[in-house]
Amino acid sequence: MTDTVERSSRQPEQISHVVVRFAGDSGDGMQLTGDRFTSVSALFGNDLSTFPDYPAEIRAPAGTVNGVSSFQVHISDHDITTPGDSPNVLVAMNAAALKADIHRLEQNGLLIVNSDAFEARDLEKADYTSNPLTDGSLSNYRVVEVPMTTLTQAAAEPLGVKPRDAERSKNFFALGMVSWLYSRPIEPTIAWIEGRFKDLVKEANLAAFKAGYNFGETSELFDHPYMVPPSDTSPGEYTNITGNTALAWGLVAAGQLSKLPVFLGSYPITPASDILHELSKHKNFGVRTLQAEDEIAAAGMALGAAFAGHLGVTTTSGPGVALKSETTSLAVSLELPFVLVDIQRGGPSTGLPTKTEAADLNIAMYGRHGEAPLPIVAAYSPANCFDAAIEAARIALKYRTPVILLSDGYLANGSEPWKIPDPATLPDISVPFATAKNHVNEDGTEEYWPYLRDPETLARPWAIPGTPGLMHRVGGIEKEDGRGDISYTPANHTKMVHLRADKIAGIAKDIPEAKVMGDADADVVLLGWGSTWAAIDAAVQRTRRAGTKVGWIHLTHLNPLPPNLGDLLRSFRHVLVPELNMGQLCRIVRAEFLVDAKPVTKVQGLPFSSAELEAAIQEVLK
Amino acid sequence: MSDVIVPLTQKKDWMSDQEVRWCPGCGDYGILQAVQTLMPDLGVAPENTVFISGIGCSSRFPYYMNTYGMHSIHGRAPAIATGVAVARPDLDVWVITGDGDALSIGGNHLIHALRRNVNLTILLFNNRIYGLTKGQYSPTSEEGKVTKSTPMGSIDHPFNPLAVALGAEASFVARTHDLDRKHMMNVFRAAHDHQGASFVEIYQNCNVFNDAAFDGVTGKHHRAEMMIDLVHGEPIRFGPEKEHGVMMGSDGQLRIVDVIEAGVDNLLVHDAHREDPGLAFALARLSHDDHSPTPFGIFRDVHRPDYGSQVAAQVMQAGEKKGPGSLGDLLRSNGTWTIG
Ligand code: SF4
Repeated sequence: MTDTVERSSRQPEQISHVVVRFAGDSGDGMQLTGDRFTSVSALFGNDLSTFPDYPAEIRAPAGTVNGVSSFQVHISDHDITTPGDSPNVLVAMNAAALKADIHRLEQNGLLIVNSDAFEARDLEKADYTSNPLTDGSLSNYRVVEVPMTTLTQAAAEPLGVKPRDAERSKNFFALGMVSWLYSRPIEPTIAWIEGRFKDLVKEANLAAFKAGYNFGETSELFDHPYMVPPSDTSPGEYTNITGNTALAWGLVAAGQLSKLPVFLGSYPITPASDILHELSKHKNFGVRTLQAEDEIAAAGMALGAAFAGHLGVTTTSGPGVALKSETTSLAVSLELPFVLVDIQRGGPSTGLPTKTEAADLNIAMYGRHGEAPLPIVAAYSPANCFDAAIEAARIALKYRTPVILLSDGYLANGSEPWKIPDPATLPDISVPFATAKNHVNEDGTEEYWPYLRDPETLARPWAIPGTPGLMHRVGGIEKEDGRGDISYTPANHTKMVHLRADKIAGIAKDIPEAKVMGDADADVVLLGWGSTWAAIDAAVQRTRRAGTKVGWIHLTHLNPLPPNLGDLLRSFRHVLVPELNMGQLCRIVRAEFLVDAKPVTKVQGLPFSSAELEAAIQEVLK
Repeated sequence: MSDVIVPLTQKKDWMSDQEVRWCPGCGDYGILQAVQTLMPDLGVAPENTVFISGIGCSSRFPYYMNTYGMHSIHGRAPAIATGVAVARPDLDVWVITGDGDALSIGGNHLIHALRRNVNLTILLFNNRIYGLTKGQYSPTSEEGKVTKSTPMGSIDHPFNPLAVALGAEASFVARTHDLDRKHMMNVFRAAHDHQGASFVEIYQNCNVFNDAAFDGVTGKHHRAEMMIDLVHGEPIRFGPEKEHGVMMGSDGQLRIVDVIEAGVDNLLVHDAHREDPGLAFALARLSHDDHSPTPFGIFRDVHRPDYGSQVAAQVMQAGEKKGPGSLGDLLRSNGTWTIG
């Protein structure tokens, strides 16, 4: 075993970016490996974007394709938004990982395989009829075979670690090797291993990591290492953040900015549970989290808390949105603020719970009974989930309405560097509670009318329990405008339905105008929302670099839509709407603005690649 | 809090200006009277009181109380009220529900509110029928009952509401009925004073769709024979001359016995504060139909920390341990790097 780590003697070749994909069995620790490689690159100053890809089954049989877990990371010396279409490097820890992911690797890409995991039974479990390492099927790739298991066991043996236990450290061997290959600093990873693990496991992981690094250096299997220099992003303090963490922090911030305690009612569901986990750590911000008995109760608790004067939030994914529908309709009728967060996943039903899709726009728009419009905000990148959460809370509080905040599995688990904002620059989203009676009767007596609206916003006053003199009842039954008493009269119902709709439509005045990025005078514009941001950004950049003009509008508010959107769209000959669904926004803008928008759809549980969008742009311009 | 002088209220301070609209003769009127009459005695203020209901005849109740109130969704009142009570432990939160609302569509929320011991006073108006939807059988309707949706008789085995509550280990469980205002007030007062979830079943007559459902027990001519008044610390006795009693047999079953024959000393002494809910459960199941002696009063009243206080304590603890939250620190908590 080598205790020290040899510094690279060969000169690294400078490259602008690289996409590395770590693939292995669920038990191989690929997420951890990818995460470490990402963190080190972030600390090094690269721009980056990540895409964790988990198996749906909790424990698929080891060594099978269903059990493969991957982590793709794109590191760059310039501003990037996507985790990359095709990896330049694939690290395959076993035969199944190779089988699952080889089709993603670019032609002539670097394939590093753990050659110890290609025994007859490994091949059989992965459904290979012949050994791909020897049958010539990998001739389009630069294959580097490394007996990682054996080398890891050898490195850990002097520590007295049994071979079976030592094998578990092989992901650190792979991490060490790739760290050498891309000239990553090793100190942060060593410090991390020392802090995270104990005793023999720590020693074994350290030994494996160093052995992997040294193997890269000494084996001559690789020509020379590479180096992706730090990016020239704007100066400031950065952190690497996933969408779910950013969203949870955005909710904490929204509580601070509104001066209200955050109350989260939630029920565990993939891929939203991490928000519940994160928020439950921050009770010192006055955050209350309650893991409810079901999705319905979670929404009900949040609504009850809102009635009592808290910032009520409930987090879920598609199936939970369906269950919360009745409560959301009640919130529309009560006109109480409440944020419903939907981390979309492949559907319908259980669908593809660990895969991404953005097919809940329809349920967000229309998934309630009666005429029940509500505002919809959509996050477009992992870090943007922070701002989107504050914006959703701002609208909910100001207009006393439930708001649906859409994110998706890709944003939730993906990460990117985020320039930490100065909290002092964040908006004040506080709203006053009602404290006094607001109506004088003809006889001079005063009353509190819970539905007497602000003429500007059409929001009703919010009087919370504990306020003397303002006792009132609200309910799901239609109420009289102003007084708020039960009313079944036809004219009043018409008036209330219109008032509720006008209130939401009026928010259009209070959101940013749509703006065209890229070329405003192009023939084609892409209209995007949500996580397609990354792929559209890359596709637009590439198309423009290739000399074709293209415009791009990205929506952060899906209801109401920015008031200038119709005119903007009509100013282009072609409107393409890329969506990870069957064309839900496309149908909305066609209906709303009578423009001949065309859908570009993908429903594979995977994000768009920029190449797919580039092709769509070229196709429409043909 | 004890030196805050709560303004004295009168019954009229608790009555809203809304016209009460139940069918004439409905048992709900008596319950509303009992609650409105009781409120001034509780030493609380209307502005600190919240009534949350679900859907059903009884769920109109909050509209008639001059307090904060919400007429919510069928079955969901315990969940919504949990949100109110946990957000604001300073409030007095009541849940008004019925047999269909609490035990059918909202069964899940009821048992979870009870097991969590959320500080709620839950009044379940049990009339053994769906009134608002005009006469379908409910989860407390007896087997064989002929209703609009069971023309050949119900084949559903009914819930025993108290047994359900005790199964969820509710810390306060009681039964009263709509014909005895004083009894109702005593039970409601104890339920209100109990810290944690209090569950009260009220036998309520729906004179339109299920008239006289409880007549065999609470009717004038049957009361003396059929109603067993539970008094903590006293042997359980009933009957015009207190000639009947409840005894535990050698097989562990509760039985109704003749007091002289069995001997007063052998009667079961009611212990509402008993930690184990087993005896209360047995008492709840003493009567299997509406023509047998049925216990009323407080079955169980034990102390267990309430949910809202525990949530508040964790929030306080976290604040003491970590200091008040700083957004700047939070955004830096996953490690940072600086460029430029
Ligand atoms: S239907 Fe029955 S429960 Fe409902 S108000 Fe009428 S009498 Fe009362």
